[in-house]
Amino acid sequence: MSLQITLNLIIAFMWMFLTESYQFPSFLTGFIIGAFLLFLLRRFIPSRFYLYRVWKFVSLILLFIKELIKSNVSIVKLVYQPKRTYNPGIFALPIDLKTNWEIAILTSLISLTPGTLSVAISDDNSLVYIHAMDLQDDKKEIESIKDSFEKAIMEVTR
Amino acid sequence: METTIESIVQWIIILFLVFGTFFILSASIGILRFPDVYTRLHASTKAATLGISSTLIGAFLFLYIEHGIISGKLILGIIFIMLTAPISAHMLGRAAHHIGIKPWAKDDNSRDAFAEAKEKNNQK
Repeated sequence: MSLQITLNLIIAFMWMFLTESYQFPSFLTGFIIGAFLLFLLRRFIPSRFYLYRVWKFVSLILLFIKELIKSNVSIVKLVYQPKRTYNPGIFALPIDLKTNWEIAILTSLISLTPGTLSVAISDDNSLVYIHAMDLQDDKKEIESIKDSFEKAIMEVTR
Repeated sequence: METTIESIVQWIIILFLVFGTFFILSASIGILRFPDVYTRLHASTKAATLGISSTLIGAFLFLYIEHGIISGKLILGIIFIMLTAPISAHMLGRAAHHIGIKPWAKDDNSRDAFAEAKEKNNQK
């Protein structure tokens, strides 16, 4: 990852010196050419092409914005409902993520998505306790979170 | 020609601001209407985050179109709201659970996995 970024920067600076224009546009063209070269030679470079990770990060952010808007619509619906038809409760979500910042991102995403709010994390970092606005079926909720967010975070970090 | 584009942009800005204020209003009504701490946290984190972000985006567009200013502070504001709101909600919920507030439930037997886990730990 860091090797690829340094290679890309070196190619960009070389492009600047070769064209003899020391401004941002020429740096940008050099950077794009470097990324393209790295993409062509990706089989000979250790570890995965790093812009793939950047792309996954962007798609994670897009997923997050989509879920945020959905959650707002659902919470507004609940606010203006005349009767309380929902049934809240706390359930435990087993997680496979290990490092602290992965778990921090996951809990933030959980808090800002429809119907769920992270309340606590167990001492051995294996369970996240989640308060759900309308808890019908634990397994369904667990599966939906595991399928969408945990997968997306793992693709960025590993 | 130019006036139609200007009015379209103005309408987009108006829509952003109206949606933002609507979500903030619903968040505050939700804080009043929901039954307990946890459900109120739901209302205050989610709706307020999107509400504040969309008002800030509206302000950003207005400054850029009308005055040609690219205001970095507004973008930073959005990023930090998104970073801090879920964390503060997490801390508030945890603190509320630690002082023993039970989650509200419709049929009075609330499912609470966290309280069960704590009880198990105490018995050991």
